[in-house]
Amino acid sequence: MTLLHRPDKPRVAIIGGGIIGMAIGWRLAQSGASVDIFDRATAGQGATRAAAGMLAAGVEAEPGEQRLLPLCLESQARWPGFAAELEVLTGLPVGLRTEGTLVVASTRDEVELLRANYEFQRGLGLDLTWLSGAAAKEKEPFLNPRTAAGVFSAKDGQVDNRLAGAALRVALEKTGARLHEGVDVTGLDVQTGRVTGLILGERTIPADTVVLAAGAWSRLIPGQASPPPVRPVKGQMMSLSMDLGNPLLTHVVWAPKCYLVPRADGTLIIGATTEEKGFDAQMTAGGVLALLDAAWRALPGVEELPVKEMWVGHRPGCRDDAPILGPSAGLDGLVLATGHHRNGILLAPITADAISCLVLTGRVDPHIAPFGAGRFDAARAA
Amino acid sequence: MNDPLKIAGKSFQSRLFLGSAGYPNQQVFLDSLAASGSEILTVSVRRADLTGYGEGLLDLVAGKVWLLPNTAGCSTVKDAVLTAQLAREAMDTNWIKLELIGDRETLYPDVEQLLRAADELVREGFVVLPYCTDDPIICRRLADVGCAAVMPLGAPIGTGLGILNHYNIETICRNSTIPVVLDAGIGTASDAALAMELGCDAVLLNTAVSKSNDPVMMAAAMRAGVEGGRMARLAGRIPKRLRAEASSPELGLIGT
Repeated sequence: MTLLHRPDKPRVAIIGGGIIGMAIGWRLAQSGASVDIFDRATAGQGATRAAAGMLAAGVEAEPGEQRLLPLCLESQARWPGFAAELEVLTGLPVGLRTEGTLVVASTRDEVELLRANYEFQRGLGLDLTWLSGAAAKEKEPFLNPRTAAGVFSAKDGQVDNRLAGAALRVALEKTGARLHEGVDVTGLDVQTGRVTGLILGERTIPADTVVLAAGAWSRLIPGQASPPPVRPVKGQMMSLSMDLGNPLLTHVVWAPKCYLVPRADGTLIIGATTEEKGFDAQMTAGGVLALLDAAWRALPGVEELPVKEMWVGHRPGCRDDAPILGPSAGLDGLVLATGHHRNGILLAPITADAISCLVLTGRVDPHIAPFGAGRFDAARAA
Repeated sequence: MNDPLKIAGKSFQSRLFLGSAGYPNQQVFLDSLAASGSEILTVSVRRADLTGYGEGLLDLVAGKVWLLPNTAGCSTVKDAVLTAQLAREAMDTNWIKLELIGDRETLYPDVEQLLRAADELVREGFVVLPYCTDDPIICRRLADVGCAAVMPLGAPIGTGLGILNHYNIETICRNSTIPVVLDAGIGTASDAALAMELGCDAVLLNTAVSKSNDPVMMAAAMRAGVEGGRMARLAGRIPKRLRAEASSPELGLIGT
């Protein structure tokens, strides 16, 4: 990318006020940039709100996605610092919890599958412990008595993504970044192959750099030479209310066909379906049935709990499930930070660090080098 | 070797059908598809994104493969017929892989519903490829109502147990008047080769590739397995013997 003329106070316009756009905006504003963030609706209310906030680089590692693991591990390692900084600045908690994550299995088939995944993940150098059914139930006494085996990942935890989103809003305010909500970006202002600002209907907002962080909506921003291969991947989720005095669960638990995330306030999140349904935003009976059936098989006590909330989110799914982080392949002045799929919360700290560094210095952090926008052009040509 | 697979008047060079579900991501799927050499891709109508947003699976494979929509998730005749009609509208094909699942534990086909749905869809002009049990009688009945191929299971869906009843599959292949596509149960390349050696015209598989640690390499292995099994079938295996027989001549040796 030919770099900006490096003004003293570069003007950066960010499209998308999810956790990615807000975290990048915060880092840039901290470094003295003039930051404007534009969100089509309300900041932090898309995938950022819908997510479960698991920081689980370890147990989520799966075949075919080994390349993503170093990025996830690095970002996970940055979360404690990121969270602490955010909490000190804003005085708001973000609910970072590091008590570990448990994966459980009951039937013979489930145990075989767990064993295969465990061996695959151990082969990647991940620090996991195989547990007997009894040991798993010792960690979580309300698990189904049939629980026959488990895997414990001490390093995998969670953050309360909704609290983190709320804290980031305050952080933006405190660092002088401006958030514009309910605004549709109708185009990119392009002058001789270079993006020089955003078009909002009749208005043009000049910017030295534009960052595209619009998640599942990234392809819909008009004026892009080659829109990123990112699509919405629908997920249905729900939450129940646990008795805080005697919570049904204390660790994040991955069970066959669902995960369970207990929050400090007693909320128990159950997620999530994975559906190719475009931007369809409806809860379905089948979705609720699948979530509750899977949760009940793992943790029978859920049947007593009140239902708190149900919601749908749209993961920004990239073609290879990895984010697109770096300069646009076709347009100078445009930087992409999108396609984080199921890892947006996890990858927020490293995305913010690396993208703000790229915008301010033109330097591509080695961590994000494999995730440039050009990788799909190569695939297309092949 | 020019040995095309012919179904409903259409020829295919590859005898491997690939399923499109459960890959780690779309790129791995696309690479696996290329490595498999498959020309026929099955897609679940109910689970595919038909909104045309631009990055859905159907957008990515458009023009590259012959789409075979399936009725996965259907359990009644009515369901299946409606789903087939939706597929015809949305995917612009009258081919349908007919699945009517009897229960969620075994995922076995409900053959009574299947036969009725197949009959109805054939009369509506569909090219019907029904997923069925490894039962020679139901396979014959499905051929009788006008199905274009039969797709008996090797083992229950997703089990990877291979072909559990060689005898039935061989009997189906020997008697069938329409192509036989072994569907479900394939775990590894030798299972696919065995299906072809038993006389199947093609193999459909999905999980064995999509859930492998290296889907792309497994897709290539399946291609080789299907091709090897087909060639072995055409070449003809030797009769099995109970006693050893040296492959070199035993008479006329020097010194005797």
